[in-house]
Amino acid sequence: MTGKEKKTGLVFFPAFDWAISPTHPEREERLLYTQDQVFEEGLLDLGNIIEYKPGLATKEDVERIHICVPDVDHVTTESHMISAGGAITAAEKVLEGEVDSAFALVRPPGHHAMRVVHGARGFCNINIEAVMIEHIRRKYGHRRIAVVDTDCHHGDGTQDIFWHDPDTLFISLHQDGRTLYPGSGFPEEFGGPNALGTTVNIPLPPRTSEEGFLYVLDRLILPVLDDFKPDLVINSAGQDNHYTDPITDMQFTAQGYARLNDRLSPHIAVLEGGYSVETALPYINVGIILAMAGLDYSHVKEPDYDPEKIRQSADITRYIERLCENIYGLWQRRDEEKKKLRKEGEFIRRSRSIYYDTDHISEEQTEQVRICDDCGGLLTIDSRANYSTRIFAVVIPGRSCPACRKRGEDIYHARSRGDGPYDHIYLQDRDRDIYLVK
Amino acid sequence: MILGIDVGGTHTDAVLLNDRFEVVESAKVLTNPDNLIDSFREATSRILNGENLKNLERIVLSTTMSTNAIVQNRVDRVGMILAGGPGLAPEMLRINEDVHFISGYVSHRGLEVAGIDDGEVLEAAERLKAKGIRHGGIVGKFSTRNPGLELRIGDLIEKDFDHLSFGHRMSGNLNFPRRIATTYLNAAIWRIYNRFVDGILRFVEEIRATAPVYILKADGGTSEIRQSAKYPVGTILSGPAASIMGILSLENGKQDAIALDIGGTTTDIALFADGVPLLEPFGVTIEGRKTLVRGLRTRSIGVGGDSRVRWEKGELRIGPERDGPAMAFGGPFPTPTDAMILLGLTKIGNRNKAREAMALLAEEAKTTPDETARIVYEKACRMIAGAVREVLEEINNKPVYTIHEILEGKTIDPKILYVVGGPAGAMAPKIGDLLSCPSRLPEYSEVANAIGTALARTTTEITLLADTEKKILTIVEEGVQQSIPGRFSREDALFICRERLLERALKMGAREEDLVMEIIEDQEFNMVRNFYTTGKNIRIKAQIKPGLIAHRNAGAPS
Repeated sequence: MTGKEKKTGLVFFPAFDWAISPTHPEREERLLYTQDQVFEEGLLDLGNIIEYKPGLATKEDVERIHICVPDVDHVTTESHMISAGGAITAAEKVLEGEVDSAFALVRPPGHHAMRVVHGARGFCNINIEAVMIEHIRRKYGHRRIAVVDTDCHHGDGTQDIFWHDPDTLFISLHQDGRTLYPGSGFPEEFGGPNALGTTVNIPLPPRTSEEGFLYVLDRLILPVLDDFKPDLVINSAGQDNHYTDPITDMQFTAQGYARLNDRLSPHIAVLEGGYSVETALPYINVGIILAMAGLDYSHVKEPDYDPEKIRQSADITRYIERLCENIYGLWQRRDEEKKKLRKEGEFIRRSRSIYYDTDHISEEQTEQVRICDDCGGLLTIDSRANYSTRIFAVVIPGRSCPACRKRGEDIYHARSRGDGPYDHIYLQDRDRDIYLVK
Repeated sequence: MILGIDVGGTHTDAVLLNDRFEVVESAKVLTNPDNLIDSFREATSRILNGENLKNLERIVLSTTMSTNAIVQNRVDRVGMILAGGPGLAPEMLRINEDVHFISGYVSHRGLEVAGIDDGEVLEAAERLKAKGIRHGGIVGKFSTRNPGLELRIGDLIEKDFDHLSFGHRMSGNLNFPRRIATTYLNAAIWRIYNRFVDGILRFVEEIRATAPVYILKADGGTSEIRQSAKYPVGTILSGPAASIMGILSLENGKQDAIALDIGGTTTDIALFADGVPLLEPFGVTIEGRKTLVRGLRTRSIGVGGDSRVRWEKGELRIGPERDGPAMAFGGPFPTPTDAMILLGLTKIGNRNKAREAMALLAEEAKTTPDETARIVYEKACRMIAGAVREVLEEINNKPVYTIHEILEGKTIDPKILYVVGGPAGAMAPKIGDLLSCPSRLPEYSEVANAIGTALARTTTEITLLADTEKKILTIVEEGVQQSIPGRFSREDALFICRERLLERALKMGAREEDLVMEIIEDQEFNMVRNFYTTGKNIRIKAQIKPGLIAHRNAGAPS
């Protein structure tokens, strides 16, 4: 515990009238017991905790981050705009200096939503943290930002969006992708050729407990953050590492989450997954809120909490120690590794198949990034969903160099003549805040 | 006929209303703060006589008794027994030096996770008894979901105390720290309040009145006075409630409105939504203690006619202190009232003294007394208008939890400003201008509180929770827990909730024709475990809305 009270904003939006389907984990009931616990503990009466109503994200907010096919309205509902709006409200309260930190306790989540959106993946349609980050940069100027994703599932969407961004450090710790959706998030996934090292993946073995998570935090995450020196730290606060979560296999606890949050001390936390709605979420959220507010959380415990029962094995401890050492080594070598990655030629190409489990869509995507030391690099994307709709997108990154900008504008003009195989051509120009579709 | 009496801080007002709710008699006497029953007796005897006593249908009383007992700390020492379980650190819940934390707790689903330890409870009671404590409060976390634990503690220690207050009876709302504060206050004023009720009833008996006696609560509703004795904390802060109900009774508008009561020391601000006064979302706050007591939402700011005005570091400051009356009435310091007198906005007091008051301030402002008076008057109006805007903003930005509510975005947009109190006439037009809202001064405003009290209807609320997985229904305010079939539906819940609310309201003294019911919360959730629906979680809250009683004669405007 820090022992110092902090002013903390809380944007609570349980969306009691929205579900993916009646028995889906992402349903109305999800934050019901969290609301009960937060209300019963009287947290909203504490002088240093202030509740805010979420704003509504705009179409423009979404279009600064995503290429929505065919457009924003087709792939989102009001609930997504409120959820992203809630994250934005939390960020604004921090950046305006009204509070020291803020927690957006909102649903639906967003960290599986990638740059191109054909539909929902892993219960996510739009990436609420990414939309929030670009909103911050547009409104308050450029910021170096670190996102620490503590959801049990790899934050593949956030990784995809910031893959080429040298000013956004994305760290994900999650259950090993060989044992859980979405099956990615290995240490070798380390960022694009212009931003190598600003993606850090920490796949943890199943049954990792408090000890393991806090070890990773102290020995790997905090040192990397010290090196990166972000202006803002954001926690994608998924809560499905809990020992009672029905769809994962970890042994984390409410106490653990509170301690992690206390030591990480994020400016903004945004709820992601977590589907043990009755036995985990109420306690984890009370713990996180108290920790963010600098209040005593040592009495927060689940009714059936027993540290002996969930202690991790010695093998797991050893495995995690080695893993952290290897990843920290990789982090320290990131500049040499970047040189090795760069081959001859102006662009580096990456082709992938992406599956949207929630909406059953298969996407084939080829991305080309311009090698650049002066900015994140011009990006072009050729994407086709379900062997039908095909789009082409040109993304001119924020703080783009003149060369990438010129190249991007030329490509967009050439493509938008309309003689190609594409249904739509998109231009996303972050610096000029322009989004065009043809 | 209805007798309404408002025993206020300075005056006690009594009015006698006929069947058309017209004032036929009224009286105003000074309140004796050391004996409120005397004040009640004096005001009443001025307007009641053998003749109208026969036709008396009801007697309704509002009093600052409970509020004053708390503010002046004339309360009993209370031993608190708390079963909190994990969560907030116990140190944050220590309401006084007589708190005992015991083991045992209930989860948010109402499951008893850990039972109580009888020995521990008895030992706590023993220690309280040894300190000479005769009043107890028993509060468990989530006791509104399952009061069993509190009741068992009560059974164990009942014999050791004169009175025990139970947390689950205070409100159906969640909030453990507020439940502790509410239970504590209820037990602390229980004896003094019961003595007061006995005194009132004795007097009513003496004059051979047979009409039922009611008392005004913080929510602007009434309760039969004997019923209120079980739950005295419900009558705290009924002072502002009397003034709001007064405005409602004189105007009875159906639109969004602002109500201001500008007094000597403070100004009370309240709001009406479609003519219905707004309630505090969780409960009222008294002496810094946040409670679960249902109450009208009022904001009090330290600006009034007698607020002290002075320069401080080059800035003109008004209030929050009042150090005597206006100089125009022989007071020691300049006040907004002096400014209004000098500006000719009101014809009271000594105008020369008012000019002297402004002259004292004019020097530093390097201007004339008249110009100073204008500055003081404008600033006082601006401060009040500013506070109204803040209250509106706060209410219109209140968090909501469904997409429907966010998109619908109902906001309060006042169409009229009602102003009562001494400086009302002088300040209302200016404040109205600042808020772009026409202002009105209700008639009879000098006895408005007594009229409002006389016409307030009996209010109450209940909370129903049905858990069809556990097959249990709880109406905690009534201490009811009963089993239900697995197929129990939301419609069943609404039906039971309405029935129980009616029963409760009638028991509290409501008349059949005043049962204006409203469902204020209506939620149903599927409970899914391991991808199968295992039950429903149904939550209904219903109330009798605060408002005025209906006319007896049919067809009359209500």
